[in-house]
Order: sequence, then C-alpha cells, then structure tokens
Amino acid sequence: MTTLDEKSIYGPVTSWQTDFDHADPSYNENAHAIWSELRGACPVAHTERYGGTWLPVTHDLVHEIAYDTEHFSSRGVVVATVKPSDLPDAIPAPIGGAPPITSDPPFHQDARRILLPAFSPKTIDLWEPEIRLLCRELIADMKAADVVDAATQFAQHIPVNVIARMLGFPPEDGEKFRGFVHDVLEAINLEPGKRAEAFMALDAYIAKQVQDHIDNPRDDLTNFLLNAKIYDQPLSLQHVGGSIILLLIAGIDTTWSAIGSSLWHLATNPVDRRRLVDNPALMPTAIEEFLRAYAPVTMARVVKDDYNFHGNEMKQNDWVLLPFPAANRDPKEFENADQVLIDREVNRHAAFGLGIHRCLGSNLARLELRVAVEEFLAAFPDFELAPDEVVKWSVGQIRGPRELPVRINARTL
Amino acid sequence: MKVQVDQSKCQGHNRCYAIAPELFDVDDLGNAFAIGDGVVGPHLAEKARLAVANCPEYAISIVEE
Ligand code: SF4
Repeated sequence: MTTLDEKSIYGPVTSWQTDFDHADPSYNENAHAIWSELRGACPVAHTERYGGTWLPVTHDLVHEIAYDTEHFSSRGVVVATVKPSDLPDAIPAPIGGAPPITSDPPFHQDARRILLPAFSPKTIDLWEPEIRLLCRELIADMKAADVVDAATQFAQHIPVNVIARMLGFPPEDGEKFRGFVHDVLEAINLEPGKRAEAFMALDAYIAKQVQDHIDNPRDDLTNFLLNAKIYDQPLSLQHVGGSIILLLIAGIDTTWSAIGSSLWHLATNPVDRRRLVDNPALMPTAIEEFLRAYAPVTMARVVKDDYNFHGNEMKQNDWVLLPFPAANRDPKEFENADQVLIDREVNRHAAFGLGIHRCLGSNLARLELRVAVEEFLAAFPDFELAPDEVVKWSVGQIRGPRELPVRINARTL
Repeated sequence: MKVQVDQSKCQGHNRCYAIAPELFDVDDLGNAFAIGDGVVGPHLAEKARLAVANCPEYAISIVEE
C-alpha cells in the first residue's frame, strides 16, 4: 500500500506517564487499561516524543481544552514528528492546511459554514439506500466463506466508497486513499523527511483531481467547493485542496474503525449480539453506546504560547492530544463507564468531539455505522472471532481493528 | 414544560433530533431548534429529559412553567 520505509524513530515506551507513545503498537490494543491507570495517576501524561506531547485523560480536562481556542490552536491536529511550526511554508493559523479542521476562530466558522449543509442530517439521510446497497454488495462478495475479515473485506470499503462518490473521485482509487490515510494518520513516527514525501504524493493526487473537475465540471462536492465563496471571493485552490484532504482523510479510518470496533464487540459478546438480532429496536442506543465505548478519534491541538495548564508547564508549540475515547470512559462522567450497555439511555458521549470542531461528518459516520451493523447482522446473525487468528489494531490517533477475522456460524442466505 | 436550545452552545451533534424529532428540528447547517414554541406535552416529557441528558454540549434546557 505504501512505499515508505516505516521505521519509528522512537524506541519502546518505558512509562505511560512520562514517556507515552500513542503510536506504540501496545497503546491502542490496551488503551482502556492505560487511560484508567493514567486517570488515577496524573491525569495529564507527558512525553518528550514528537517534540513534546501532553495527554489529558479525564472528561473535564478534554472538555476544557476542546473549548479553549485561546490557548490551543487546531493548526496541527495529527501529532507527528513534523510540527506545523517546523514548516516555513505551511499555511499559518487561523486557516491551516486543511480548513476548517485546521482552522481557528474567527476564520474557522466561515470555512465550516460552507461545508455544513452538505453534511446536515437531512442531506445525509438521502445516502441511506446507496450505503445499504453497497453493504449488501460487500456481503454478497464474502457470503460463501467460513472465515471473513470484517475489517478489510467489509468495514473499510464503506467510507472509502462513499467519500469517493461524494467527491467525484475514481472509485477504483480506493486503495490509493487507504494508502494516503495510512501515511497521514499511522506513519507518524518516521524521520521527518520521509513524512514530507508522503504528503507531496497526496497533494499531487488531489491537485490532479481538482484540475480534472475544473476541466470537466460535474455535480459533486469537489465542484461545489470550486464554486463556493468566502468573503465574496472564490475559495483559493489551496483552500479547496485542503478541504478535500480533510474530507478524504478524516472520514475513512475513523468510520472504518467505528464499524470494525462495533463488529468486534458483537463478535466477542454473544449476549449483546443475540439481543440486537432479536430486538432491532435497541439499535439506536446500541450504536450510541458503541460510539461511546469504542470512540475511534483522538484529536490534537498545538499550544499557542507557554501556558500553565493545571500545574503542567506546557511550552509553545507542544502537542496536546484530545482523547475523546478516554473522556467517554471517565467514571466521573458515566455510570459503569467501563461496561458496554447497549440499552444505555443517558449517554452524553463525546465521540464526535466537543465545541466548535464537532466532527463535520458525524451524521454520515453514524449512518454508515448503523447501516453496516444492521446489514452485517442481518446476513450473519451468528459470528465470533476466528479461532487461531489474530485481531490487529491500528496505531496512532484513530483506534480500531485493522484486521478482524471472524468465523461465520449462521448466515441467512 | 418547555424545551429550549441555546444556539450559542449547540454544535449540531443531532442527538436531540434523533431522540425526539417531535420536539426538535434541524436547520440547513444541522443546528437544532425547538419545534413551535417548545411546549412539551406530558407524553413527550420523558423524551425531552433524554434529549437534555444526551446533548454533548449541554445546549438544551427544560423550563417548567
Ligand atoms: S444534541 Fe445538543 S448540540 Fe446536538 S443538535 Fe441537539 S442541541 Fe445541538
């Protein structure tokens, strides 16, 4: 998928409190135990890695930072060996490289307004039949096998296909998108020069697609962005390209992870699986509970100026991770936080973030997740983790199973 | 009993609209507002409370009259 030589510049983690690394393979696999340990001990962990990074793990602290755009900038949202401040040509705050996710007030709101209507619940609901059909096609392709990989054969294709259709990009480029997403979100601990190479390939691909849309306009999100205006001026090509990067990168691994984690839960919890099969009316609370308990997305911020945050001496340009998944498991905010209760009715989870950067694609992600789970369960009402095979978890800020071999014990066709 | 959405806090998570479409609607940007004057009939009181309890931004409140 990727041509990069993927060698982390860091060694194994020596302490989760003082030397954590969210790209260490053991982090995502053991995330819930790690957060719980840190919640009792710090609750803001620190590491010198990535040029200095902080990790607050309680709901209160994550909430506070998400709301505090005065001290924390969104200019960088993916912690990596390259910082925005290391790149002299990078687009500065308040715009950033991929508006609006990398933007700060006041520009943020104006850039976000352009995209909001395309992702409002009523616009997104129109996609349901297409998403359902897509799920059924994927399921038909794997119907006969006894063991299927619910992550690579099913979950990952759903967001890739949907975003390609929305942007009007060639559907056969799906594999390429997954490569880009991997380079941006997972290959974060490489030597900085190598990371820059990956970004150049992504920029070149987007520029080519944008040019094709300028030459051959059609009715899709890319042309919508090309026609959009901000402050009475057309968006710059840089802004269009940045927003496309956001839509392409942000929707794929995240939704893939949410679907994969939900299916992982159902593969490992037969009681919940049976309850959902027997009583589909539980689906709405079950989906919100999967989003809470297995929230895939940790965001990041950059410290604007030296700042003492609850006794932690944060330095200008330090990274701060915003682990919404850890906030969602904070026992101070949720009763029985570590139990997955598919009929949980009071569930003020922060899976899609908090504050002005609430996930733009949340309605789409939720729809894809619900339809994927519904269709998978309808086709395979009984499945479990395949014995003798291994579940592989992602590395980095997006948490979910990248390989999920399950054995199908009952099928409806 | 009435429900109110504080527009300055609502970020469009759409939990309220999913839980109680009888009480909340969303605009073109995906932000929520209370339908009509926000009055909640007794049969919808429980749904109204659930909407309040599930809003991640604490944007919804109930006013008892
Ligand atoms: S749940 Fe809260 S934030 Fe979400 S749309 Fe309703 S009022 Fe707005």
